[in-house]
Amino acid sequence: VLGRQWIHTPGRVSAALKQGQITPTELCQKCLSLIKKTKFLNAYITVSEEVALKQAEESEKRYKKGHSLGDLDGIPIAVKDNFSTSGIETTCASNMLKGYVPPYNATVVQKLLDQGAVLMGKTNLDEFAMGSGSTDGVFGPVKNPWSYSKQYKEKTKHKAHGENEDSNWLITGGSSGGSAAAVATFTCFAALGSDTGGSTRNPAAHCGVVGFKPSYGLVSRHGLIPLVNSMDVPGILTRCVDDAAIVLGMLAGHDPKDSTTVQDPVKPFTLPSLTDVSKLCIGIPKEYLTPELSSEVQSLWSKAANLFESEGAKVIEVSLPHTSYSIVCYHVLCTSEVASNMARFDGLEYGHRCDIDVSTEAMYAATRREGFNDVVRGRILSGNFFLLKENYENYFIKAQKVRRLIANDFVNVFNSGVDVLLTPTTLREAVPYQEFIKEDNRTRSAQDDIFTQAVNMAGLPAVSVPVALSNQGLPVGLQFIGRAFHDQQLLTVAKWFEKQVQFPVTQLQELMDDCSSVFEIEKLASVSLKQ
Amino acid sequence: MAAPMLRGCCLARRGALACIDGGSRRGRGAAIGCRSSGKRGRSSVAQQSLITAQKSGKGEHAWAAVVGLEIHAQISSNSKLFSGSQVQFAAPPNSLVSFFDASLPGTLPVLNRRCVEAAVMTGLALKCHINKKSLFDRKHYFYADLPAGYQITQQRLPIAVNGSLEYSVCVGKKRSQVITRTARIKQIQLEQDSGKSLHDELRSQTLIDLNRAEGQLRVDANISVHHPGEPLGVRTEVKNLNSARFLARAIDSEIERQINELENGREILNETRSFDCKLGCTIPMRDKEGKQDYRFMPEPNLPPLLLYDTASLPPGADPQQVINIDRIREQLPELPSETREQLVQQYGMLPEHSFTILNEVGLLEFFQNVIKETRAEPKKVTSWILNNFLGFLKQQNLAVNESPVTPSALAELLNLLDRKAISSSAAKQVFEELWRSKGKTPSQIVSEKQLELMQDGEALNQVCLAVMEEHPQVVLAMKRGNPRAINKLIGLVRKATLSRADPTVIKEILEKKLSS
Repeated sequence: VLGRQWIHTPGRVSAALKQGQITPTELCQKCLSLIKKTKFLNAYITVSEEVALKQAEESEKRYKKGHSLGDLDGIPIAVKDNFSTSGIETTCASNMLKGYVPPYNATVVQKLLDQGAVLMGKTNLDEFAMGSGSTDGVFGPVKNPWSYSKQYKEKTKHKAHGENEDSNWLITGGSSGGSAAAVATFTCFAALGSDTGGSTRNPAAHCGVVGFKPSYGLVSRHGLIPLVNSMDVPGILTRCVDDAAIVLGMLAGHDPKDSTTVQDPVKPFTLPSLTDVSKLCIGIPKEYLTPELSSEVQSLWSKAANLFESEGAKVIEVSLPHTSYSIVCYHVLCTSEVASNMARFDGLEYGHRCDIDVSTEAMYAATRREGFNDVVRGRILSGNFFLLKENYENYFIKAQKVRRLIANDFVNVFNSGVDVLLTPTTLREAVPYQEFIKEDNRTRSAQDDIFTQAVNMAGLPAVSVPVALSNQGLPVGLQFIGRAFHDQQLLTVAKWFEKQVQFPVTQLQELMDDCSSVFEIEKLASVSLKQ
Repeated sequence: MAAPMLRGCCLARRGALACIDGGSRRGRGAAIGCRSSGKRGRSSVAQQSLITAQKSGKGEHAWAAVVGLEIHAQISSNSKLFSGSQVQFAAPPNSLVSFFDASLPGTLPVLNRRCVEAAVMTGLALKCHINKKSLFDRKHYFYADLPAGYQITQQRLPIAVNGSLEYSVCVGKKRSQVITRTARIKQIQLEQDSGKSLHDELRSQTLIDLNRAEGQLRVDANISVHHPGEPLGVRTEVKNLNSARFLARAIDSEIERQINELENGREILNETRSFDCKLGCTIPMRDKEGKQDYRFMPEPNLPPLLLYDTASLPPGADPQQVINIDRIREQLPELPSETREQLVQQYGMLPEHSFTILNEVGLLEFFQNVIKETRAEPKKVTSWILNNFLGFLKQQNLAVNESPVTPSALAELLNLLDRKAISSSAAKQVFEELWRSKGKTPSQIVSEKQLELMQDGEALNQVCLAVMEEHPQVVLAMKRGNPRAINKLIGLVRKATLSRADPTVIKEILEKKLSS
């Protein structure tokens, strides 16, 4: 019987693979089986079973010859369905790209495959990553695995009965909800998300996993179907910080196909284990203490700050004065780039095309009406409005100036000696779908991106680390924000914090059924992250 | 006449775009002004020439035309401006299309270094200010041959600005007087080419070719007319002119049309027109969209383009990563105006001949090679090349490098002529023969056809005497003072010598004999 030791993270499972305790094919099959068991969560749009088994087989041959490619060889991974995957349908959860099979791999996908990773499938999202719930994709919403966890069910026994239980499931957050759910349910060991305003960190917080947004320019965007080119970053979702660092080590560095990537070579690295935080200075931005912040999250935030302080770190209040303008500024810049980026979806070269052929213009109009949902069309409309000659100065240029002010806020704080900022990731824990859809996508995005979004404006690295379960038994995440290109330092701090808080894993019925074989979930719940 | 002016600055098309400004063209005297997307620089109309209205009775109104050109020229490079796919003339449709060219989702533009260098070099040649920092923008419109829905260009801060091009025009009745004019260059910008639409009217289909490397030169002309001292007139844009000849004709006809419209009390509409070369006039283009708002925005996937000079070069910079303007300046070849000046100075060539020599591809090199190998006077060489050699090429529709006559052969022929081994009419015969029988040297032809001049004075003397005896009437006429009679005798002697005698020598002998 394979012990729990290997199952938690790629780091450990990699050791198990090397020692022959489990083969890549066995591992792949376990994950495929879990994907089937958790199908109702709707985390995957496409499960690439055949490809995965083939890749696992090749990996197995390498292990047998003793030629493993490294830590990721044979490790199951999942990729958000807005990264191009050669030969595998890439939909962006949109009618527009249903049936579109890219002829090339995104650079990040290629790098993972080159390391021997096994691609389990493409994960669900909001259409073209526009949303904060993973509820607005054409393939339906992603359900938060914690909705079905023992921890949540126990805490919510008193209510929910009598009502239709199925309607009480929680959202994952978004837009990388599928990737977060996939990692949380052990169907893969790491997943790629994308992060434009918080799309990796937000669902990571709601699903109790680590969600890392690297510095802008550290990881190639080539092949990532863009939302906002100047803010998009491939995100990494894992079950622990060390794993995020391993994956980052594989992905980071210059890509000749993306002119915005760093020129200097980036070496793979291992995170040091901090024992002393006394030289650290942690900043607590006062503007992040908003009235909408739930008291529970606020209290966990305070506790975390106290933890650092009690261990000798310097914890100070700092100010990011332009924070409150971030969302509206983001709205202008995001919709403008969306209007531009979506212009290529015209039904001519690829993707959906309507049946109307009276004129090219009529074909464009009907194709785009049929292909895009209301959210996408709404953003295209707004963006084109902001870019009109008569509006450009008043909206786009102003928003760019505000963006600069927001970025400067961070620069000033870091120049004052702060190493890392500590903030909440989300206002509260995940809400039920029925409640979430009471507000429209725009309102939700504006509310939910409040702590995560400014980071994208400034291109900084940030990571959401699960900290504890709320009174309802749902995960809460806290966010660390670092200096640009100090990703390693940021993750080192996050790793220390993760070790202190010892966040539990989800106790999911579907996983527990399997515990007779390998997934000793009960025990895993108390597994220390110490290797 | 617009040709030399344009030739100096062709660049781009999927590449740079040059806005030429200033200067005047033709006897008509329309000034070339400036235009750039609606922003008309005040300085752009500094040069204007007056045109007197052609209709009688309204002659008191002088018109001035303002013309600005947008020149799209293709950069000669191995791969495209923003993608690694190749550039090749007349490649099969869609055979050179990268994922980026097809605008597949997730692909990103990567700037081609060679194209940047070519743009900088063009900027230097056109005396532009090179911007050490330039930016890329997206220009949006929906069209089937624009797969991304936008074109990457340099709207806000282009790579080079404020240049000028001096050029000469031939004026006067015989076009013999050469005057120098200056065209102002507003900017040179790097711009992605769109695809090509092929309309199949029969099946009402449009086929798209995304190779994007077809036309090498395309010009849009912006034209308006006004009375000097009054505000500028409403302009029209005549699009897609693809030869210098059509460009000139289109501008002339559009100026004429606008004057005619205004003098008949009608208005000029701000519209896009095309030139119908069969009708010889411009016609409005179908423009369903009305006024386009291109919704310009910065291209977020291309960082600002930074250029350096030797002084500003960051220490330890990788030469592969940076572009040094000073290095490109060193590589700048001699510019055509300098070459022409050199020809005039060194060989006493007429300025208009220096234009012809430079305008024909390869002709300058041919000329220089002949000069190197011949003792003949440069003027003689020029005359032979422009009159005989070029005439033959044109007649047979050949390029200089396709000529069966090599520079060495022509040089040898001119040497024979120079040392009076053959007469000039014999030389022409040899030249024609060279054209026909490849591989033979002029000397071979001369000896085969016995075209050498008679060097034997006594023999020629005998022939002259014989001719005089055979034609007593002509001799008589000469003696009576008819000046044309000697020419007849010379002709007869030449005929008798099979054109192998030098007419001047014949004349000397005849005159000597008649006076004795």
